[in-house]
Amino acid sequence: MYDFEFERPESVTDAVTSLQSEGAMPLGGGQTLIPTLKQRLNSPSKLVSLTAISDLQGVRLDGLNTIRVGGATTHETVAKQAVQHYPALADLAGHIGDPAVRSRGTIGGSLANNDPSACYPAAVLASDATIVTSQREIAADEFFDGMFATVLEEGEIITTVKFPIPVAANYQKFLQPASRFALTGVFVAKFNSSVRVAVTGASEDGVYRWSEAESLLSADFSPVALDGAHVSPDSMISDLHGSPEYRASLVKTLTKRAVVAAS
Amino acid sequence: MPKDSGIGVSQKRREDVRFLTGAGNYTDDINVRGQTHVHFLRSEVAHGRIDGIDTSAAAAMAGVVRVFTGADFEGVGGLPCGWQVTDRDNNPMQEPPHPILAQAKVRHVGDPIAAVVAETYEQARDAAEAIKVDITELPAIVNMQSALAEGSDKVHDDLTSNLCFDWCLGETDDAKVQAAFDEAAHVTTLELVNQRLVANPMEPRVAVGDYNRASDEHTLYTTSQNPHVIRLLMCAFVLGLPEHKVRVVAPDVGGGFGTKIFHYAEEAFCTFAAKECNRPVKWTASRTESFLSDAQGRDHVTKIELALDSSNNFTAIRTNTLANLGAYLSTFSSSVPTWLHGTLMAGNYKTPVIQVNVKAVFTNTVPVDAYRGAGRPEATFQLERAIDTAARELGLDPITLRRQNFITEFPYATPVALEYDTGNYHGTMDRLEAVADIGGFAARRAASEASGKLRGLGINCYIEACGIAPSNIVGMLGARAGLYDAATVRVNATGSISVLVGAHSHGQGHETVFPQVVADMIGIDESQVEIVHGDSAKIPFGMGTYGSRSLAVCGSAMVRATEKIINKAKKIAAHLLEASEADIELKDGVFSVAGTDKSVAWGDVTLTAYVPHNFPLEDLEPGLEETSFYDPANFTFPAGAYACEVEVDPETGQVSIERFCAADDFGNIVNPMIVDGQVHGGIGQGIGQALLENCAYDQDGQLVSGSFMDYAMPRADDVPFYAVDHSSQTPCTHNPLGVKGCGEAGAIGSPPAVVNAVIDGLHSANHGVKHIDMPVTPARVWEAMQG
Amino acid sequence: MSEVTMRVNGKSVSGQVENRTLLSTFLRDSLGLTGTHIGCDTSQCGACVIHVDGAAVKACTMLAVEAEGADVATIEGQANADGSLNVIQQAFQDHHGLQCGFCTPGMVMSAAALLKDNPRPSEAVIRKYLEGNLCRCTGYHNIVKAILAASGQSVDAIAAE
Repeated sequence: MYDFEFERPESVTDAVTSLQSEGAMPLGGGQTLIPTLKQRLNSPSKLVSLTAISDLQGVRLDGLNTIRVGGATTHETVAKQAVQHYPALADLAGHIGDPAVRSRGTIGGSLANNDPSACYPAAVLASDATIVTSQREIAADEFFDGMFATVLEEGEIITTVKFPIPVAANYQKFLQPASRFALTGVFVAKFNSSVRVAVTGASEDGVYRWSEAESLLSADFSPVALDGAHVSPDSMISDLHGSPEYRASLVKTLTKRAVVAAS
Repeated sequence: MPKDSGIGVSQKRREDVRFLTGAGNYTDDINVRGQTHVHFLRSEVAHGRIDGIDTSAAAAMAGVVRVFTGADFEGVGGLPCGWQVTDRDNNPMQEPPHPILAQAKVRHVGDPIAAVVAETYEQARDAAEAIKVDITELPAIVNMQSALAEGSDKVHDDLTSNLCFDWCLGETDDAKVQAAFDEAAHVTTLELVNQRLVANPMEPRVAVGDYNRASDEHTLYTTSQNPHVIRLLMCAFVLGLPEHKVRVVAPDVGGGFGTKIFHYAEEAFCTFAAKECNRPVKWTASRTESFLSDAQGRDHVTKIELALDSSNNFTAIRTNTLANLGAYLSTFSSSVPTWLHGTLMAGNYKTPVIQVNVKAVFTNTVPVDAYRGAGRPEATFQLERAIDTAARELGLDPITLRRQNFITEFPYATPVALEYDTGNYHGTMDRLEAVADIGGFAARRAASEASGKLRGLGINCYIEACGIAPSNIVGMLGARAGLYDAATVRVNATGSISVLVGAHSHGQGHETVFPQVVADMIGIDESQVEIVHGDSAKIPFGMGTYGSRSLAVCGSAMVRATEKIINKAKKIAAHLLEASEADIELKDGVFSVAGTDKSVAWGDVTLTAYVPHNFPLEDLEPGLEETSFYDPANFTFPAGAYACEVEVDPETGQVSIERFCAADDFGNIVNPMIVDGQVHGGIGQGIGQALLENCAYDQDGQLVSGSFMDYAMPRADDVPFYAVDHSSQTPCTHNPLGVKGCGEAGAIGSPPAVVNAVIDGLHSANHGVKHIDMPVTPARVWEAMQG
Repeated sequence: MSEVTMRVNGKSVSGQVENRTLLSTFLRDSLGLTGTHIGCDTSQCGACVIHVDGAAVKACTMLAVEAEGADVATIEGQANADGSLNVIQQAFQDHHGLQCGFCTPGMVMSAAALLKDNPRPSEAVIRKYLEGNLCRCTGYHNIVKAILAASGQSVDAIAAE
């Protein structure tokens, strides 16, 4: 990799200051960024590690119906600390990558990267979470901006993700056998008055909400409610591991399974 | 009391202690004082003409020692091919040059164009980015059919076409073969792909070149399965160096699976550059480079036809295969789709007429060569898929159909050039039926169906030719090397023994197994015997480890050398005991005179050999050291029967392996634990091929699955525990240990079992799917189910 | 260049590194702890798994400067004080859980991390936990068996197969 400056501030304020220099990038757990740097596909002038900022760590309950996850909380920590409050989220976090990846990788890093096959974006979108940054609060529906893109600005740090806790929820991940990212993944979250369904791994536009399923499931939260639903293969990803038609089929199958598991 | 040492005992591996404590010594762990690092600038296009290379900016960068291009290797030889195949008209194959660094053209993504030697790896890489290469991209030749089409662009401009050779084995009279098909009661035809694989030993390749100007000696540390072969090829064909001035060391090697047999450009480069720069030069492949530069495996496209008479006897087999060689001829590439593949087309069956046709094709892809099994998995897959298809078409039980056609009398001369010395195919099938509980399958299928899954059972038989190989035969077939092996048994004065062997251990456990044999023969403790391997300066000229040959060939040399030692030691003992040599017996490390209580211990005899005060000097030389070169009389023929049960998720197409059973006949077994481990590993790779692994190129010749992010390696949760059984044994008739070899069996026997099981599962739900090409991914299964 | 200080296998160590120096490079090249292996460049093979502050991490996907002040454990520090193999290492030898040995340090370190959290994992849990550790030699059979044995569970049923 190319060399860079390195800083490891202990407060968000210091981190924001450090990130103001040209070409600086935040470094979360590095589980995607470091391999990218090794391939010389990116050349930041400075990396600002967020792992020493205690304000960005941990999971805590906020009122009765919301949990707040610090931006630099590792997947392993979410898997352990969210399990009582939001088991579907904990389960998702406990199946990202592998154990060694989970002990470094962070929720903020994953969301900022917005890999079209990553798991967390599906949870955030289906939960109608709010991404709190060093500058503002962003609704999940506004945050993702296509493959590997978000509305985050240069130097903007994800400090917290606020998840409303659904009545019932489940994430179904169908593994891409090599990377073990989601070949397709579906997160279903049932709230008192609505259901949200978010799909990852399938679309060329990145994570998205399957609105037809949401309305069908809002009326009848059962797998048969989806029998007549249609998933179009248009703009689905085509690669070595599956055609658009296959991914479209998986979306429906996994959504049904998530509904069964959540019920 | 059961034996607790020697032949037949599952001794724990002595080498494990260093590997388990981080004390192994792999090539990348070696750093030589004053070492530099090389980074290769590799082609990003599959096919292109090099119009110019400007290295001036790179050469001026920080830390750069020197920049090399193809021009520096003009007059230096290219990488040789070790096997000359002759075509059906007895013409030699087309054999293009394979330069160390590209000359005039690049022919695959990853073809090295230039090399930067610098003080640090990162500096070398920085400078490589500053090299300006002017390349005119040419159309990539990727598909084999198109490569053979009239008027195709050529990978090698100086060749007449992209056809390396058109080869035929078995019955060459087409009319006679056709007649057999015309007379058949049933013909099964199957078109299938044996997909390209990447061997991916967990240790990437590494080479460290060192040159001593004072002594004019080269040392190459390299990740090789056969250091002597590398030394010979590099000295005689590439660099023109005297062999006695070159030492090749292959220390601990982190897996090979075939891809570390071959002589690679990076090895020759580091050796060459170390002298040119007068500095040690080290290269460590990244995994990305491994994907672009390690010889890959398989890649056959085949049509197979199987003829049966009205009693369901096999009457004829005809195959037409296109074999992809990639851009250049790797060291043993030409032998794989021919002599290691065509000769196995008889399988375990008595089929009177067999014709094997193979066209080998150059394409703009990474070279293809031997990967675990090498030709034999390709042969087995076609044959066993065809038999399974025939059974389905005819409504026959797949086991019964196989049993009916088994070869039962030995020796058996096949129509495709081999003579099987021994075997018992009913014996292994009997064991399989017991171990796999075939009778309980119906109940297991019902249980799977109750949980919404389809369940299939797949059977497979295999035979392989191992113990490679009789030198005179392979010489006749085009090999440019002998395939004997060698061992020196060096007894020390105090009775301990160093055995210097030509075989190389990179996971096979030789350091444990070989001493079991020697210690057993003499009757001493195994801890008194040590194996030395992997260093051309220490060991006799041996051909290394591949083709499941180490124990059958090198082990036989070791036995012969040990016999010489015992014979000489008996003479010494006879002298010490003042008895006739004929009366001397050796048991438990003690020489005694038959029928008396006179004896002398092993250690006293060995001491006498080196302190020959009371020694028959007029009849015997002092010392106790013997070498044997063993050239096998025939191949060995391990065989077996495998069963796989899968569950298929009908909604997603996901296949899971529920049970996997292997019954193998490896002849005699020295260490059952290690044999089991070899079979487990082979099955793991075979399941990988069947379900997961796919080395795929796009139409531009870019490797689509060029990292572990897209090339799916089997993981622990992709596989079950395996049941393996080796109790059906027919010892090899022509080597002293009666052993056959076990390294490749699992990788040969498992892919057809898995695919047969998936097809069986789909048929159970009335999906009339004839075949799914490997890897049988969920998407492919799902698509097949859509009709 | 930056100065880093950390504890490695119980001993305090310091060294000069570039910011881009990976922790695995620091261990291998600066400290000579070559038991931590590099088998890929996409953070998947797991041959480099070590423990940092008690957690399994991939040393090839962490910068040395990120380990400042950390407590690092590598394969070289796993044996018992008298040099004998620890329970996990011994189980790997007893059950032939390694062949070429290249993935082995990562396997042992992953197994140790698993057993610390879950002293009696099921076969399925073990297989899932090893998702980030590739082995090309063993087909995983004897690795899983070794970890079951190291956790004191019976492997007779498997051996009888």
